Amino acid sequence: MVRTRLCPSPTRTTSPKPWTISELSTEHMSAPTGPSASPLKPSTSTPAIILCGIFGVKYLSHLMLTCMMNWISLNMLPILTQKTIKFDFCRHHRRWVAEKLGADATSKELEFTKKILSLDAKNYHAWSHRQWVLQALGGWEDELDYCRQLLEDDIFNNSAWNQRYFVVTRSPLLGGLEAMRESEVNYTVEAIIANPENESPWRYLRGLYKGDTQSLVNDPQISSVCLKVLSTKSNHVFALSTLLDLICHGFQPSQEFKNAIDALKTPDSDPPDSGLAKAVCSILEHVDPMRVNYWTWRKSKLPAQAA
Amino acid sequence: MEELKAEKHVQYILSIEKKKDNFESVVMEHLRMNGAYWGLTTLDILEKLETVDPDEIVSWVMKCQHESGGFGGNIGHDPHILYTLSAVQILALFDRINVLDIKSDISGLQNEDGFFSGDMWGEVDTRFSYIAICCLSLLHRWDKINVEKAVNYIVICKNLDGGFGCTPGGESHIFCCVGALSIMGSLRHIDKDLLWWWLCERQVKSGGLNGRPENLPGVCYSWWVLSSLIMIDRVHWIDKEKLVQFILDCQDKENGGISDRLNDAVDVFHTYFGVTGKLQLDFHLLDYPGLKSIDPAYALPVDVV
Repeated sequence: MVRTRLCPSPTRTTSPKPWTISELSTEHMSAPTGPSASPLKPSTSTPAIILCGIFGVKYLSHLMLTCMMNWISLNMLPILTQKTIKFDFCRHHRRWVAEKLGADATSKELEFTKKILSLDAKNYHAWSHRQWVLQALGGWEDELDYCRQLLEDDIFNNSAWNQRYFVVTRSPLLGGLEAMRESEVNYTVEAIIANPENESPWRYLRGLYKGDTQSLVNDPQISSVCLKVLSTKSNHVFALSTLLDLICHGFQPSQEFKNAIDALKTPDSDPPDSGLAKAVCSILEHVDPMRVNYWTWRKSKLPAQAA
Repeated sequence: MEELKAEKHVQYILSIEKKKDNFESVVMEHLRMNGAYWGLTTLDILEKLETVDPDEIVSWVMKCQHESGGFGGNIGHDPHILYTLSAVQILALFDRINVLDIKSDISGLQNEDGFFSGDMWGEVDTRFSYIAICCLSLLHRWDKINVEKAVNYIVICKNLDGGFGCTPGGESHIFCCVGALSIMGSLRHIDKDLLWWWLCERQVKSGGLNGRPENLPGVCYSWWVLSSLIMIDRVHWIDKEKLVQFILDCQDKENGGISDRLNDAVDVFHTYFGVTGKLQLDFHLLDYPGLKSIDPAYALPVDVV
């Protein structure tokens, strides 16, 4: 069974074995048999002599040769790694090579993951590699826009929402979560109104207020989007659960909310003097029967002021 | 409701164990250790482990061990933590952990910041944290690692939805982090409000469970998500009957085996998770102790753990 020989990780401690040009040209094109490839460290001796002969150059520095080997490796890897992104050792080897090449590899690596994501927009390993590239090598400038493009293609792509949060919270160019909150809330509210049954933007919205629940409760845009969705009387499970959470954290619903909830009540609803939160739980028991036990539990745990 | 075709699944597993030269076996050669664990654990929980030769299997497992102490996916394959756990789990099934002499060290794969690498080349992933912790727990070698740092690394992988990524900022997957925290007695670190809801939202209209929002449901999540719900004692928050039906619909009733979803090809991975998921649900639906129960954190029969 052919086993692919690849570049080593810097942590390898055993002595290097000569890596010939013929090995380079054939081994990388073989399919890996698993996360078992034994890496080799290129020696300067054998390939240097061959290259010297080919180019008629007497001297090649070790650094130039290593960079050349790594460049060849990085360019041959896509053929392998696009098809085998699931193989741990391929990804890790690619990172090792990219690290050696530094910032020069940034656009290439981002382009590489973009190609994979164009075929499979939720490929976990491609997203994982892309996040590594951004943090290790940079290239944040266009990432928010890239997330926007992917979400235009598929607003339900949870991976793209996750990446958006990653960029907003970690990019050194954007100022952090609080600085981005207003614009991101606007963006997310639009997405919710277009598809209120989409789980991801509802969670994203809460994430924008991570660690600051009071601001979530006090932001009129949050309660307002709940009310807008409730008024449509369809696809309102997430709007109801968000309203429930707001009430549990101290939100005081206006008469408009009470009217909207009344319009959704079922014939066998709770008594009219029951609190709004209880009514919301009852509606959820009815419209989300798969999770009826969860909503019953939420009803039993309502804080005193909400009940 | 139809039945689990236990006998058919046993025959399916025994048949693939014998086929070492067909295409499927060849392309999966490198992860035969995982396949063996999935197949043998299924046989054990269906109370058919006596149909295989333990000496032959243990002998093969030990041939996959390297000097470092780690195990490869098959004979001649390099060691990796993914296969080391399966090897330890197989030995535990046969009550042969005493043959192990792990000189080095899963604990050696823990880094300064508490995370674990998969092998000597250094890739980091919370899957590897779970695997290392599970393995060391089975071997009663807790003293070898820094548990506090291991917990802290998992906690920094917590996401806005209450789930955990494979690395900080990675999209939420749940089982490995919840499993690791459970084994380490550290479930207090989960964000209950968010995670509980996130997990029960994994059930879709068909009754199956998905692994991420808007992804297709799959039988394997009958294990990953279901076990997570069991570990946090919230399995009653999903519709168990519908999930059972989803699993049973994915059986190949003629030839045995279970697939990821309806009409897909069967494989030993989904057979294992389908059978274990179904039996877990029987236990919680019917309070039926009948067949063996599986430990949701260790993914081994309770009597083995």
